[in-house]
Amino acid sequence: MDDLLAATADRIFAGGGDVWAALTAAGLTTVGVPEDAGGSGGTLEDAAAVLRTAGYRAAAVPLAETGWLAGRLLAEAGLPLPDGPLTAAAADDLARVPWARDARGIAVVNGDRLDYYERGRFDAAPGANLAGEPRDRVVLGPEPTASGPCTADLRTRGALARAVQLTGALRRALDLTVRYAGEREQFGRPLGRFQAVQQAVAELAGEAVVADVAVRAAVRAPDDPVAVAAAKANASRAAGTAAAIAHQVHGALGVTAEHPLHTVTLRLWSWREEYGSEHAWAAELGGRATAASPLWPFLIGA
Amino acid sequence: MAALPELEPGTLPPEAAALRAEVRAFLAAADFEPRADCWLTGADPAFSRALGARGWLGMTLPARYGGHGRSPLERFVVVEELLAAGAPVGAHWIADRQIGPSLLHHGSEEQKRRFLPAIARGECFFAIGMSEPDAGSDLASVRTRAERDGDGWRLTGTKVWTSGAHLAHAICVLARSEPGSERHAGLTQFLVPLPADGVTVRPILSLSGDHHFNEVVLDGARVPDALVLGAPGNGWAQVTAELAYERSGPERVLSTFPLLRLAHERGALPAAALGRLAARLWALRQASLGVAAALDAGRTPAAEAALVKDLGTRFESEITAAVREHAGIEPDPGSPDPLARALAQAVVQAPGFTLRGGTSEILRGIVARGLGVR
Ligand SMILES: Cc1cc2nc3c(=O)[nH]c(=O)nc-3n(C[C@H](O)[C@H](O)[C@H](O)COP(=O)(O)OP(=O)(O)OC[C@H]3O[C@@H](n4cnc5c(N)ncnc54)[C@H](O)[C@@H]3O)c2cc1C
Repeated sequence: MDDLLAATADRIFAGGGDVWAALTAAGLTTVGVPEDAGGSGGTLEDAAAVLRTAGYRAAAVPLAETGWLAGRLLAEAGLPLPDGPLTAAAADDLARVPWARDARGIAVVNGDRLDYYERGRFDAAPGANLAGEPRDRVVLGPEPTASGPCTADLRTRGALARAVQLTGALRRALDLTVRYAGEREQFGRPLGRFQAVQQAVAELAGEAVVADVAVRAAVRAPDDPVAVAAAKANASRAAGTAAAIAHQVHGALGVTAEHPLHTVTLRLWSWREEYGSEHAWAAELGGRATAASPLWPFLIGA
Repeated sequence: MAALPELEPGTLPPEAAALRAEVRAFLAAADFEPRADCWLTGADPAFSRALGARGWLGMTLPARYGGHGRSPLERFVVVEELLAAGAPVGAHWIADRQIGPSLLHHGSEEQKRRFLPAIARGECFFAIGMSEPDAGSDLASVRTRAERDGDGWRLTGTKVWTSGAHLAHAICVLARSEPGSERHAGLTQFLVPLPADGVTVRPILSLSGDHHFNEVVLDGARVPDALVLGAPGNGWAQVTAELAYERSGPERVLSTFPLLRLAHERGALPAAALGRLAARLWALRQASLGVAAALDAGRTPAAEAALVKDLGTRFESEITAAVREHAGIEPDPGSPDPLARALAQAVVQAPGFTLRGGTSEILRGIVARGLGVR
């Protein structure tokens, strides 16, 4: 199921045109949101397959925000799922709300309550991350459109979503680098024939694969705070290593606006910070680990 | 363009929880000093026999050979618990990890009956005779020769860095059995029971003065045909298959875990440092489990195993670095403080982490080749 979804999503992202409309038509914007709540149904692993593909293609769409974040929050609160792009935010953190200017509505986590604000009931002053994705300053109006109960921690959910996107972008950085190392020739042979380059590419692959397997494991255990913290910490850590190696191998061409590498690395550098960097999640995990005794069972959750 | 297949997370079977609890109860009652790098330097034959008595050696071997018919993932659970506790598992390590599976796969019926039950009881330890003075990373350049002698062979050559040969009941020797053959062709594995005429085992002291590896000189040692492992000439394929088991197990991540555990108990690490290590360990364990599950499913994830070993062994020294940075102690093997002793073990064994079982450089070469970068 998730392979099929990923393949469908990939065709859409690669196809260009109105990607959001095509995603919506294919029912891919609300994978992981139960059908009886108005979503497309499917598991969180299915949703991750689509999101990973979006990360791989550096797709500029509010996919994580619409389904993974807002859609699931609304469904859990028993609120209707509006059509169109959505986003989510925490009531006490409205400075950089993703895609707010384009959103049909915002699901705002306010303690144990979810407040939904329809477009027109909030203002969004444009801001952006390094990749130019909207990160807007939001001012909420006096009244939400609707409210319901909420038990989710938005930061944890957001971290897992960004971790999934990061693993897609990491794999793309790896693929671009492998391809370039095979094509670009210097000293009469492809770069990939130089052992120094091979070793660097292997390191990129190592970081990407370890982050990927950790994130996949966390997607299967999204309520395990250790799993999510470890997943985001590793994905964010891998982002820096991978971007540095990818650029080193690509030489000057990689730092141009013309070459596609930057669409991936700008996202790696942005997403590694969003919903907590590797440092923030390590500190969080470390705080829990310090209090745990003994350490080993805490770490492996068994 | 080749690409690394995606490594799926491994899922432990439901039986794992009860098994884990049994191992923990056993460890809590056992008497040993936890140590870093216990799987290479912590040999205690009595402890190995006790594990054998519990059914925790040769776990994946079938019952008719004295094994326990458990899955590799159940073995994973037992092994990671033993390593996390720093238990003295060095004596049986090689026999249990790779010789058992290799014998099961390639051995004759007679060899299986002779060795496997003893391995599972913790009464037959093995050493690996691959490396030689002039054949390290370039293992295919081994020079030890096997010459035909009636219904058997005579082995002549020198093996080095042979871990545990001084405790082992047998050594598995890789030798060139076809004169004039080159590289991967003409190599054969031989099972040589120890002690044996024509085999001299001499200690090679490690930099800390410890004795865990050896030089093994073969001077016309006679091996009957019945102790050829697998088909003559098939040695290279057998050895490379063994390496997939050898490379990605929990021992490539956990060698210094006992040091981390002691530092944590003492509150010696600030949250950020502890959390960085915890996050890394969690991910590397998932990767190791993923490779174990792939092996279990009958795949040979050579590049993935290589990558896990590269990152895992580097992590082992990240623990040491964090303890050095924050604990404010000096490494001292004779200290009354167990943390200082564990730090000493971790520091002096560290160079070996990224050499044994294939150096990091060689592993990255394997990963690059897996990606099609060559
Ligand atoms: C603690 C320990 C226990 C061991 N136990 C055993 C054992 O029980 N049985 C056994 O058979 N062996 C054992 N070994 C040997 C181990 O397998 C070898 O150390 C390893 O294969 C490397 O060989 P070498 O030491 O000769 O180093 P070399 O191959 O000489 O390498 C030296 C350095 O050069 C680098 N290098 C070599 N070739 C290349 C290349 N093509 N490209 C880039 N870099 C290269 C290596 O990465 C390394 O950094 C053990 C080693 C250690 C440290």
